[in-house]
Amino acid sequence: MLKTNQEAIEMELTSSSNSDLQSDRSGNISDTERWGSLITGGALVLTGLSQRSLRGALLALAGGGLAYHGATGQKSLQDKVTEATGLDKNIRVEKTVTIQNKSPEELYRFWHDFENLPTFMKHLKSVTIIDETRSHWVANAPLDTSVEWDAQIVTDRENELITWTSVEGADVDNSGMVRFKSTDRGTEVKVVIEYSPPGGGLTAAIAKVFGEEPEQQLGDDLRRFKMLMEAGEIATTEGQPSGHK
Amino acid sequence: MKAVCWQGTNNVQVETVPDPKILNPRDAIVKITTTAICGSDLHLYNGFNPTMQKGDILGHEFMGEVVELGSAVKNVKIGDRVVVPFTISCGSCFFCNRDLWSLCDNSNPNAWMVEKVMGHSPSGLFGYSHMTGGYAGGQAEYARVPFADVGLFKIPDGLTDEQVVFLTDIFPTGYMAAENCDIQPGDTVAIWGCGPVGQFAIRSAFMLGADRVIAIDRVPERLQMAKDGGAEILNYEEIEVGDALKEMTGGRGPDSVMDAVGMEAHGMGLEGFYDKAMQAVKLETDRPNVLRQAIVACRKGGTVSVPGVYTGFVDKMPMGAFMNKGLTMKTGQTHVHRYLQPLVDRVQKGEIDPSFVITHSLPLEQAPHGYEIFKHKKDNCIKIVLKPGQAA
Repeated sequence: MLKTNQEAIEMELTSSSNSDLQSDRSGNISDTERWGSLITGGALVLTGLSQRSLRGALLALAGGGLAYHGATGQKSLQDKVTEATGLDKNIRVEKTVTIQNKSPEELYRFWHDFENLPTFMKHLKSVTIIDETRSHWVANAPLDTSVEWDAQIVTDRENELITWTSVEGADVDNSGMVRFKSTDRGTEVKVVIEYSPPGGGLTAAIAKVFGEEPEQQLGDDLRRFKMLMEAGEIATTEGQPSGHK
Repeated sequence: MKAVCWQGTNNVQVETVPDPKILNPRDAIVKITTTAICGSDLHLYNGFNPTMQKGDILGHEFMGEVVELGSAVKNVKIGDRVVVPFTISCGSCFFCNRDLWSLCDNSNPNAWMVEKVMGHSPSGLFGYSHMTGGYAGGQAEYARVPFADVGLFKIPDGLTDEQVVFLTDIFPTGYMAAENCDIQPGDTVAIWGCGPVGQFAIRSAFMLGADRVIAIDRVPERLQMAKDGGAEILNYEEIEVGDALKEMTGGRGPDSVMDAVGMEAHGMGLEGFYDKAMQAVKLETDRPNVLRQAIVACRKGGTVSVPGVYTGFVDKMPMGAFMNKGLTMKTGQTHVHRYLQPLVDRVQKGEIDPSFVITHSLPLEQAPHGYEIFKHKKDNCIKIVLKPGQAA
């Protein structure tokens, strides 16, 4: 993980100093270059990201145009601290579903309105659109508390790909991407989500928010998305009678 | 309303519970006129499904009258008389589109439980544990039916409840099991298990052109019913079935074989003891005695059809016989929606009257007694229907 963060930091520095992504520096530049061409080329090979920071990659790709860039230097410092204290463990989950009878256009449009996400993402309380690229997310946490962050769309390729990342000040740093791909078996929807649990007492709460089994939680979220898109509603038994005593 | 609730192993009780409500736009509420106890309910009764919870409402064979509709259900109306397939299907996923209704992608809210064991989830089922959705069942006065626009089948006038209620499960299940035998003219089919599914399988095998059906069981009245349906019969307690089948087929073996028993098969001798012990200590979840016998008995190049219910893992499968004899196995929960109309047509034409299998008709309140006599084959019990609202 040490290496991961160093790479991420280097990339953030690279992007925040507005240096040319194509410039010939150390080995991780060619990595960045590769991701850059993969993502911008639309043929996202996410397995290639398996050991690296999604957030870092997104930030690097975003270049100097993002509003929160001034903070990335600080973020690097913070990352260095968490790295030193061993609280630098990113959790990344990825899942794919295939959805029948809905085009990438229809699915992209539904997803792009982030306010729709809480209808099938169980841990989300609300998402509020702030402007074209910014949104405010609130997730349920135990004991009637919640975890909040602002997210910024980083990449937005119509009908194909949306990537987003939390901006500074988030209760928990997180990033995500969703890709829609037309196949002869329907539309493949692939989601990758990554988050870095902070240290201290919050960690346990965060684990509950993002799921003790994040893979399963994302899988269930995507299954509900598929139900909603294919069947028009989400199968449930909540509220049915029983003879529980 | 009154409902039959699972309260633990060998313990069902009729309790007063809240009435079901519409929860989703595609739901309907059905007032139940006839429901039944299925052989696979006995697996729950006997405590073989780890995802049952105290208070779960049982029952997946039921029919009745539509009394309430969700906003999205347009093809049936209040007052319609309907049967309800035991498999819950959305009608719009990859599998429903391919007529594989029991493999529906969108009807099991607890799919993750099954996925851990099976890799993928089949459809949700009524009253059949939380692994298959945890849906409240139909051994009750009312039931909520999800995806009612594809899950309710209107019954033509002039047919009694008793003639159509088994379209919910055991008739299509027996029929699909026979269809899975890939019967060719002149074929002999051997069927292990002469319970209700076995009985429908026997008659379906003949409808699909089988020349001979050999039925295997040990309960005299079941064997008699099989015989009445045209089958030759073997009592496995009195005869070595494998040898007998070989002799009866000129040394060749049956062209196709069917395991209409499933996970709780009674084994004979050492093998039976082995499986019972393995299942008791949870080293295997299911007892595959019949499946083993059927595979070994089947002729070379034949087909093994499995309508019997298995839920987990079995041990000591005769894989050598299966592979070296070039067998084909066909399985699955029933794609009930696929068979409803064709089978209603057969009933209307008088080709079969499914009510032949009923030995007991009881008020809903007597369900605990029903489970008991069905389990222990007391009182010549083969199939029980329950009548909500009938005086106890």
